[in-house]
Amino acid sequence: MKKTYKIEVDCANCAMKMEEATKSVDGVKDAVVSFMTQKMNVEFEDGADEKAVMQAVVKACKVVEDDCEIYL
Amino acid sequence: MTKKQKKVLRRIIMAAVLMVGLAFLPLGQPWQFLLYMVPYIIIGYDILRKAWKGILNKQVFDENFLMAVATVGAILLGEYQEGVAVMLFYQIGELFQAVAVGKSRRNISALMDIRPDYANVENDAGELTQVDPDEVAIGTAIVVCPGEKVPIDGVVVEGTSTLNTGALTGESAPRDVTVGDEIISGCVNNSGLLKIRTTKEFGQSTVSKILELVENSSMKKSRSENFITKFAKYYTPAVCYGALALAVLPPVFNLIMGNPASWSTWIIRALTFLVISCPCALVISIPLSFFGGIGGASACGILVKGSNYLEALAQTKYVVFDKTGTLTKGVFEVQEVKPSAAYTKEQLLFYAAHAESYSSHPISKSLQTAYGQSINRDAVTEVEEIGGHGITAKVEGHSVAAGNSKLMKKLGLAYAENAGIGTIVHVAIDEAYAGYILIADVVKETSKAAIKALKAAGVKQSIMLTGDAKPVADYIAAELSIEEVHSELLPGDKVEQVEKLLAAKGKKDKLAFVGDGINDAPVLSRADIGIAMGAMGSDAAIEAADIVLMDDNPLKIAQAIKISRKCLRIVYQNIVFALGVKGICLILGAIGIANMWIAIFADVGVMVLAVLNAIRCLNVKHMKV
Repeated sequence: MKKTYKIEVDCANCAMKMEEATKSVDGVKDAVVSFMTQKMNVEFEDGADEKAVMQAVVKACKVVEDDCEIYL
Repeated sequence: MTKKQKKVLRRIIMAAVLMVGLAFLPLGQPWQFLLYMVPYIIIGYDILRKAWKGILNKQVFDENFLMAVATVGAILLGEYQEGVAVMLFYQIGELFQAVAVGKSRRNISALMDIRPDYANVENDAGELTQVDPDEVAIGTAIVVCPGEKVPIDGVVVEGTSTLNTGALTGESAPRDVTVGDEIISGCVNNSGLLKIRTTKEFGQSTVSKILELVENSSMKKSRSENFITKFAKYYTPAVCYGALALAVLPPVFNLIMGNPASWSTWIIRALTFLVISCPCALVISIPLSFFGGIGGASACGILVKGSNYLEALAQTKYVVFDKTGTLTKGVFEVQEVKPSAAYTKEQLLFYAAHAESYSSHPISKSLQTAYGQSINRDAVTEVEEIGGHGITAKVEGHSVAAGNSKLMKKLGLAYAENAGIGTIVHVAIDEAYAGYILIADVVKETSKAAIKALKAAGVKQSIMLTGDAKPVADYIAAELSIEEVHSELLPGDKVEQVEKLLAAKGKKDKLAFVGDGINDAPVLSRADIGIAMGAMGSDAAIEAADIVLMDDNPLKIAQAIKISRKCLRIVYQNIVFALGVKGICLILGAIGIANMWIAIFADVGVMVLAVLNAIRCLNVKHMKV
């Protein structure tokens, strides 16, 4: 399953770091963060609890870039 | 400017004023240190905080860390002014970048923004109310006033007007519409008031599909972008270790050699080195270039589904065309009806039109148009479509076979040969040959110019594939000066032909397939780049394609190639420029020629120049072919 979230991030490098961080979260199959459209595409593993996974994603992103927002 | 940016601007002004003021005060220690700390904290507190958090989170190597180390280092070495100035200019650069990037991001988004804000729905009292297009159910009557966008696909039930399709196609050719016409969302109503019965939900309407497509385009990353991602991953730590080595090794070497260590000189050099090294210019300008290119292309009516396709397009060396609907208008007209002795023209048309009545193929439509009366579908049973051959059906109890010569051969019937150039529908009724109907397609006005433009754009070969008969295919190919033609192909054969071409071409050359019909979907996805004709093409083809031409003009292919080349040129310019300037500054910094000011230019200046260069990608509207 794929979902798109609106995000807010200030620099392209940070977006890249968020992408890496999101990919390494359990339950995420693949993720793409677009700095240009300020959006994040997350593909979940089958059977993953999307809400719990996104909480973990937000946490992971806050670690690499404190200044980011993900609108769930 | 956003609120955040305004706040940064205020801090910059405050710190700058304080700094200039302090420069005129003759101060001794510790006052000098304490007073300089005021502007330093004002301008740099967030950077310091982020750097500290980064260290706590084990994310050490980012720009905040670099700036914090560089400025704290300068202050510890007694270079107060320099420390504050570096932080100040870094913030100015960041602000400038944020504003420039935000602005170009919005510009590009605005270019693609064809989203209607509301739909006018008549309520029970007969008054018009504006509602969210998302809430409009299928079959609702909506009103589009002059100057408004058509929010949802539908059929005109009242009024006549001209529509401007410019937002979708890039060409502002007006289209006349009247009662009964289907219109697509995203067009702008030019003159009269139109009442429309919606045929789709907003989410399924043309405008939503286009928006979704374009907005997701930056999610598909190009090879250049992936290269930068990988590059940045190794680059930043490498530079940090390099700086560490620069700070420690030469002084240690000096000590061993018995010379003064001069720690401070080498530490300042290492800090300069760190400031120069920030990879931001690359990381920002490359996706921005692609985003700009995609935005510019969509303003020309060329929708590109991803940066990777824009990149591939620049290397297109082979373009394979489907014939019908791509190079020709796909508008078939019955040119000649030639029944055998046993039937009249009207009878022949009657049987052919009925047998084909369940088919969505353009030929069936033209048969129905020529027949001119309403089709009684109840009279048609046992319809069977034989791919690449034709159709068999029972019409009013008579078994009818309508199709090409292959079908007649299959049925073992003698048929009229060399009937003429065009599509020939042979008809057999009750197992006997009943005559043929000649249907001809019209070549698009721009097809010839399109093939020529492709050649001029460096495409090695244009190839035409068609399911049509050889004489028709050869005739059209000669007219358009296409050298290679494969005719009488079944849908599966087209894939096979494309496979063959894919295997034969050079590794770096890309093959594009241009098509429109449902049959094309497998070929569209098999080719390196699938290009679909948008307005006339089927939904399936548009879904399978990588690039969609909104106005069906084959000339746009050459234009798309030109746009992609320009975009890639800018990407390469930025890579070479940013890496080049940084490389030179890094060396100059290491040997002590470049100071902190040059370092800041190498960081912020290069980034701003690269961003400005990237914005040129947007400027493609004038690139007509």
